Amino acid sequence: MKKIIMIMLVAALAMTAVFASGASEESATVSTDGSTSMEQVILSLAEQYMADNPGVNVTYNPTGSGTGITAALEGRCDIGLSSRALKDDEIAGGLTQTIVALDGIAIIVNADNPVSDLSIDQIYGLFTGEITNWSEVGGSDAPVVPVGREAGSGTRDGFESITGTEDICKYSQELTSTGAVITAVSQNPGAIGYASLASNLESVKTLTVEGVAPSEATVQSGEYLIQRPFVFATSSSTPLSAAAQAFFDYCTSADAASIIAGAGAVPVVQ
Amino acid sequence: MKLSEFITAKGYKSNPRRLMEDLIHLIFLVLGLVAVGSVLVITIYLVVSGLPAIFKIGPIEFLFGTRWASTASEPAFGILPFILTSIYGTAGAIIIGVPIGFFAAVFLAKMAPKRVREVMELCIGVLAGIPSVVYGLVGMTILVPGIRVLFGVPDGATLFAAIIVLAVMILPSVINVSLTAIQAVPREYEEASLALGATAVETYFRVTVPAAKSGIFTAIVLGIGRAIGEAMAIMMVAGNVANMPSLFSSVRFLTTAVASEMSYSSGLQREALFSIALVLFLFIMIINAILNMLKTGGEKK
Repeated sequence: MKKIIMIMLVAALAMTAVFASGASEESATVSTDGSTSMEQVILSLAEQYMADNPGVNVTYNPTGSGTGITAALEGRCDIGLSSRALKDDEIAGGLTQTIVALDGIAIIVNADNPVSDLSIDQIYGLFTGEITNWSEVGGSDAPVVPVGREAGSGTRDGFESITGTEDICKYSQELTSTGAVITAVSQNPGAIGYASLASNLESVKTLTVEGVAPSEATVQSGEYLIQRPFVFATSSSTPLSAAAQAFFDYCTSADAASIIAGAGAVPVVQ
Repeated sequence: MKLSEFITAKGYKSNPRRLMEDLIHLIFLVLGLVAVGSVLVITIYLVVSGLPAIFKIGPIEFLFGTRWASTASEPAFGILPFILTSIYGTAGAIIIGVPIGFFAAVFLAKMAPKRVREVMELCIGVLAGIPSVVYGLVGMTILVPGIRVLFGVPDGATLFAAIIVLAVMILPSVINVSLTAIQAVPREYEEASLALGATAVETYFRVTVPAAKSGIFTAIVLGIGRAIGEAMAIMMVAGNVANMPSLFSSVRFLTTAVASEMSYSSGLQREALFSIALVLFLFIMIINAILNMLKTGGEKK
């Protein structure tokens, strides 16, 4: 439901883009393209920025990190959005990366589960089906029920890439929203799932990973391992247009921190 | 022809009421065409956007491939698990839902005291009006944990849970259509049977029900149509993993395959989702064709 609203928002945004560009001659457009995980962050930033700076239009094209990076490289957009750090060859190809926010992913289990800490290796085993009983990781004798998100979800993509479980997770349920994952985990004593740190995790137990509890502070310091950067990829050779540079500066300024936090990510600047 | 000539030719000047009549006819025609137009637009859109991916993937690989991994580094687009799940799920719902609905209809039509009947019909009406997301919610919070405890499986979000939810969802249409069919049987048939010495129950099952056969088949096909097209409720109880179906495993239906991945999909993945929708559309067209055949067959008698 939330996604549908988001899609409608994007559509509405695109519509306003069409009308706004027709209405005012001074309007400048800043185009962003890339990661779907960054949708909430970039749309919140764009909304606030456009409210503060009438006449500037920030567009967002939800294509995925890889496409966004390519688009930035080929100059098809001003700012490429990536929810992973750029690879060396991408930087060598002429891109600069700026981390605007961090995203922590909490590992959650049922409130009755005695396990409270897992290592990355154990998480790998639990989700890939190598570990099928909680007793193998110090829990009670209960089958492991991995609950995840649907293919294409940014949280799933983030979790799987950090834990190295891409395409090999043996899920018992693939649900289409964070809320559904949390509900499923709260109802099944053997369940394990993942959810964005920003979501309401009251009904489940949040695990520490390698002894570190997920929080804004531990994500920022890098101690909590299941996290990924939200990156702005820009061309190293061609300077940004004035409007794009202004938006870029705004997003990396301290003013944007509260908006980034409101969108569920951890800001890098305080 | 000029407008003035047209008005004269139609005689609108001398007869303004005719102008009114013709205008209203025109408006009603346009309104009627909205439905026809929608069907056409949807059909054309589905075919145009669904066919290319089938040929890109290969029709055999698409329809009979058993692995679906749309976002993997080496993506696979086999939808056989979805097709089989939809067929098994619907069949299961029919096997459970139709006997219950059918006997309930016989009871309501022939045996129920007036008060009981009024209450039951009210309940069935309410059941028909419950939105599918509510079925899903109740299934998710009661049925899924219930199945886990009752059957001792690690996770209750299974094909079985989906079948139960679908069986309950098709009940109202099965009951209502069977009820109408049974009530339409002429009273004389039953009186003749009773006069020959048959008991009441014998009469219902040997005379009334066979006479209402085509209506009851219609009820079954309607149930199939409702079950195969349902998405929301089963998305919440079936687990949505693209496994080959078995009763106690997490499964994905044709409908949920489209619904669960649509929002973040891109490229060939998105095109393949339209292809799944096209396959589902064909299934439903076939069911509708059977329904129409049954209806016309019933009328000929």
